[in-house]
Amino acid sequence: MKEDQKQVLILGIGNVLWADEGFGVRAVEYLHRHYQFSDNVKLMDGGTQGIYLVQHVQEVDVLVVFDAVDYGLEPGTMKRVEGDEVPKFMGAKKMSLHQTGFQEVLAMAEFTGSYPEHLLLMGVQPVELEDFGGSLRPAVKDQIQPAIQQALSYLQNLGVKAVHRNEPLAETDLAPGELELDRYETDRPSEQQACRVGDPRVLFAQDSVE
Amino acid sequence: MNTSLNTPMNAKDLDNSGRRVVVDPVTRIEGHMRCEVNVDSNNVIRNAVSTGTMWRGLEVILKGRDPRDAWAFVERICGVCTGTHALTSVRAVEDALKIDIPYNAFLIRHLMDKTLQVHDHIVHFYHLHALDWVNPVNALKADPKATSELQQAVSPHHPKSSPGYFKDVQTRLKRFVENGQLGLFSNGYWDNPAYKLPPEADLMAVSHYLEALDLQKDIVKIHTIFGGKNPHPNYMVGGVSCAINMDDVGAAGAPVNMTTLNFVLERINEAEQFTKNVYIPDVLAVASIYKDWLHGGGLASQNVLSYGTYPTIQGDKSSELLPAGAIVNGNWDEVHPVDVRDPNEIQEFVDHSWYTYEGGQKGKGLHPWDGETEPKFELGPNAKGTKTNIKEIDESAKYSWIKAPRWKGHAMEVGPLARYIIAYVSGNERVQGQVDRSLSAFNQAAGLDLGLKQFLPSTLGRTLARALECELCVETMRDDWHSLVNNIKNGDSSTANVDNWDPSTWPKEAKGVGINEAPRGALAHWIKIKDGKIENYQAIVPTTWNGSPRDSQGNIGAFEASLLDTPMERPDEPVEILRTLHSFDPCLACSTHVMSEDGQELTKVKIR
Repeated sequence: MKEDQKQVLILGIGNVLWADEGFGVRAVEYLHRHYQFSDNVKLMDGGTQGIYLVQHVQEVDVLVVFDAVDYGLEPGTMKRVEGDEVPKFMGAKKMSLHQTGFQEVLAMAEFTGSYPEHLLLMGVQPVELEDFGGSLRPAVKDQIQPAIQQALSYLQNLGVKAVHRNEPLAETDLAPGELELDRYETDRPSEQQACRVGDPRVLFAQDSVE
Repeated sequence: MNTSLNTPMNAKDLDNSGRRVVVDPVTRIEGHMRCEVNVDSNNVIRNAVSTGTMWRGLEVILKGRDPRDAWAFVERICGVCTGTHALTSVRAVEDALKIDIPYNAFLIRHLMDKTLQVHDHIVHFYHLHALDWVNPVNALKADPKATSELQQAVSPHHPKSSPGYFKDVQTRLKRFVENGQLGLFSNGYWDNPAYKLPPEADLMAVSHYLEALDLQKDIVKIHTIFGGKNPHPNYMVGGVSCAINMDDVGAAGAPVNMTTLNFVLERINEAEQFTKNVYIPDVLAVASIYKDWLHGGGLASQNVLSYGTYPTIQGDKSSELLPAGAIVNGNWDEVHPVDVRDPNEIQEFVDHSWYTYEGGQKGKGLHPWDGETEPKFELGPNAKGTKTNIKEIDESAKYSWIKAPRWKGHAMEVGPLARYIIAYVSGNERVQGQVDRSLSAFNQAAGLDLGLKQFLPSTLGRTLARALECELCVETMRDDWHSLVNNIKNGDSSTANVDNWDPSTWPKEAKGVGINEAPRGALAHWIKIKDGKIENYQAIVPTTWNGSPRDSQGNIGAFEASLLDTPMERPDEPVEILRTLHSFDPCLACSTHVMSEDGQELTKVKIR
């Protein structure tokens, strides 16, 4: 098999409704708007679909995941993890809504004997998660392009090429236009209109370490 | 033995003097919940407290937005309910703006909705709930030949039944376990005597876990065909987003044509075979071995609610395959009508929830159109720990982020079991046939002679009702498919009504309600629209009903009631609690805002 025929999935996971938890989805949205790939490369907004994503992982030789992951680093720090290290990191303090989580997806893929040959996780340490309806914080948003560059060079080393679009796509077909980043941010109800207070157990969690 | 009929339903009848067991979070569910119980000296649960551990309020994201966009946001609330919220949202907007959808859209929405139901039920049983009954570690001890014989006895028509097949699965499982990473199965209590299956049944179930994983990926392709993509299929106000063009020959992504429709029919047939040959026989086999474990009924024998779903005639609620209704106080001879618009029927109370209402909350119920979401987080005087690190909840005060919805003042159970009880006692012959056949198969296998009311309102009955509903959905998907193909062949290719798409055609103010019977139970979204924007948006999701805390009258919620009188083998290993809570297929992501303080996944069990 020729190298460029490897099946590739570039997957953004997380929940766009929870501020920086949307990093993965927004990164893939940006990637799709600015770059073009050949047919063996699939880009996907995986949301918080958890185990429902397993078939997409089983199908590929190369899996690149963008996600907000808590590594206990300085907020906004990017971290790149490869190969066998990936499942370990994805289990670390994951804030995903889906409790089964992506770690379980990888375990299922392994159990069924269809585990990707190459794995890359581009993670970012979130600044803010407890803001329902909020968007990416600047420090996290700033990591989208560097994370994409690293992923592209990883893919290039495997013979997978991306072509920069002359004009970015106005809308992606990854998610409905209603959720597109600009529209999501500008149409958000104001704090006066809708209370944004969260759960004090979360908001003040730092003060209460036992 | 059946305890459900005498299960207490009011806080005044509960005994919280025994040892307190705290399970936080409850695992293998969507979202985060906490559960506390008191056990007596015989380790029988005598008090139960269910807490949603995060705040909710959809209006936080939806106020002021375009109502036509709402579905895309509610589809993202959580990972498992997606399409069911999207569908309910477009229905609410269509109701408010008086938009009728084309017949093709009516049928395609049925096909998409039932696909979701079938997919959700199968994944729930095999990938989230089965491990409450099945012990994968014990499967390593199974004899593949005996497993093959068991498989052929349980479901003679299932092709995957050779000793070699089971040997292969066992080898894979062994390798997986020996890798030192039990991975998927690492959070279990595998030496707990609550697990009763022989190794061969455990191995058979592990094989079906893998087969179900294969099946689920195919059935959701129906969403890709009608909804453009999966995950996150597209919905739209006024109809469905796909076009129909029978002259077209393209595959995925193209308009719906005969090639894609035939593909849909094949997926329906596959799912039907699996449901009849594997899913239902597995549930009955598990039930017959756990025949002494008829706990977990709770409110099911007393108070159940359904909004009704799947009309066969568009716009005619009386033609619904699963009818609407409410049963209260265990009187199965009377099914009350339900009106989701009546301000006096469905109301939410917050006496024991971390919210307050303008002008005071005491005993005050608000209909969702007038709903308020004002958080008020405070612990009762007898709570232990601090606000940020609760050791023990005080259920006499506020104790959950879930509101307490009530129907005419009653706490209600919702879900497949509620739908099946209501359909059965309403005289629905299809449902009666399914239930009667299953009960007789169970009695025969278990050597018992239980009546309907002894078996059905239980944890096992809840799990069986879900499997039967899966069968009903796949069978009737074929009817929907034929109706769709006939209608298209008669020259109708319309899929959307865009007459009222432009906000300039809308009234200045409007309100509507969208209802659905989601996989987990009765779901409704209430919307108020003003000047073309969303003014208020409230949802009561199934887990709000089932996971509800107490109300001002002391009525306890369905989760709480279901745990009472259940004996635990080992209180520090909450197998029995998980088993019953999982039988509801809880989705806390939708009923509360979810996030534990550190995303910790391992259940901490504390006994005080």
